[in-house]
Amino acid sequence: MAASIHKLVRKDGKKSHNILAPLWFLIPALILVAIFIYYPVFATANMSFKNYKLFDQGHIFYNGFTNFREIFKDLHFHRIIQNTVLWVTVSLFFQFTIGFILALYLKSKFRFSGLYQGIIFIPWALSGFLMGLVWKWIFDDSLGVLNDMMLKTHLISKPIPWLSNPNWAMAAVIIANIWYGVTFFVIMILAALQGVPHEILEAAELDGCSKAKALFLVIVPYIRPTLILIVLLRIIWITNFPDIIFGMTSGGPNEQTHILSSWLVQKITYDQDWGSGSALGLIMLGVLFIFTIFYLLATRLEEESEG
Amino acid sequence: MFKTLGKATKVAVLSIWFIFTVFPLYWMALTSIRPVREVTKKFYYPHSNSTLDSYRTLFKQYAFGTYIRNSFIVSLAASAFVIFIGLLGAYALARYKFKGKSQIMLVFLITQMIPGLIALAPLYLLLSKVHLLNTLYALILCYVGAMVPFATIMLRGFLQRIPPELDEAALIDGCNRFTALFRVVFPVALPGIAATFIFAFVQCWNELFLAMVLIDSDGNKTFPVAERSFIGAYYIEWGGLAASVMIGIIPTVVMFGLMSKFMISGLSAGIVKG
Repeated sequence: MAASIHKLVRKDGKKSHNILAPLWFLIPALILVAIFIYYPVFATANMSFKNYKLFDQGHIFYNGFTNFREIFKDLHFHRIIQNTVLWVTVSLFFQFTIGFILALYLKSKFRFSGLYQGIIFIPWALSGFLMGLVWKWIFDDSLGVLNDMMLKTHLISKPIPWLSNPNWAMAAVIIANIWYGVTFFVIMILAALQGVPHEILEAAELDGCSKAKALFLVIVPYIRPTLILIVLLRIIWITNFPDIIFGMTSGGPNEQTHILSSWLVQKITYDQDWGSGSALGLIMLGVLFIFTIFYLLATRLEEESEG
Repeated sequence: MFKTLGKATKVAVLSIWFIFTVFPLYWMALTSIRPVREVTKKFYYPHSNSTLDSYRTLFKQYAFGTYIRNSFIVSLAASAFVIFIGLLGAYALARYKFKGKSQIMLVFLITQMIPGLIALAPLYLLLSKVHLLNTLYALILCYVGAMVPFATIMLRGFLQRIPPELDEAALIDGCNRFTALFRVVFPVALPGIAATFIFAFVQCWNELFLAMVLIDSDGNKTFPVAERSFIGAYYIEWGGLAASVMIGIIPTVVMFGLMSKFMISGLSAGIVKG
């Protein structure tokens, strides 16, 4: 396919080197992206150096690095960083592992496998916020069904304070997030597995590879660029995904389940401290920028491996 | 021996995950049809006194009909626009070779790392300047802007799979590039376009924070925002909440059911957003 496209380009050489024609097609998209994605980045950077509180618009002025200093000094800052790291790493680890196992199982068709896939893929289509509410109902300390089930089966002797104890609450939101995000990994890894050429697998079998060996020595190396790409994308995505936390705890109790992105939303919507929220946004952008460099390197890696 | 053991593990793993996936939704559905006074009871199957009262309340006492309508308007309009604009961009990126192409790709790809949340405050100010705050137009504009990069990249993946000979033939038959795209390529790319449309729809339908910031008046609230204000700070009416959650997830589940056929190919074609 790639070859035929190149052929077209050469045949069609006169037209295709004219930058104007493709630009006409791209202009609407570029204008929208400029206004709605890139402009806000600069506006945020600008606002992050201002004392900008929505409820006190008479006192908007540049205040240097004050917003940044206050974020680093914030009572909850360390807890929030710790939560963010936990939220991303633990969610990612389980989402990836479970997703990989399910994808391997789903690769070969079985009876009702289509239906099975359709059903376990459903979480992907659901609102993170609404699902946060659902999990809040399940984890509820006194009314929740989870404590009820665990008490009835004598797994525990007294209810676990799932949402009122900060550490249990953190565990609860992460469990909900794992539930929510496995689908993405199953779909992506399944697609990658289906892209592994049969010849390679047959060759491995002929060489006397066991199934497990073929998996780790042949299949995983083959799809590794895709896996790296998926993981990096997901790190960024999970970092920026406070919806479940908002549904379940809104960052509580006592701000103890906030991650960076939910804290950002809290600052913008509830505290209405836009200077501070923007500073936090800029910090997140900086951190994610580092990941993006990896992401772009990985994309290049994949393009090369596709040859 | 090992084979049966392996098969048993497979069945066990798949079953456990199935139950884990379905249970929260099943439990919410059960809660939504319980009589209000029995909402906290732990029945694990539908009871004979099941009722749709919680659902009725939503539409009678609250304006959930309006919220759902608003969500549909915003999601359908934004998805349609983003497909149109994304398709144009994708066509240029899939069919032309030109200077600066990889830079433009980069401009689209980098957006994936920018936390959309940082746009909340700037977009509020921007839209208040053009007097669009508190309107559905504001949401449609923002959603289209936010989704253009992913739609463009995803659609490009689909267009690249269509033989360029097809539009060449159309060009010879007297089409220009634009009409070739919409008369000839569009029908062939329809499965991919449908998949992208549904992706976009699901994202719009589920978006909470921009809608929270940009919409204030009750009549213009979208579903997630209404849901947000529906939960009181200290008291949650779980029956009503369960019913509203069920209503809120039906449209995306149906959309998803429609596209499950294209889902895998859709994602492998270069989806860049969860």
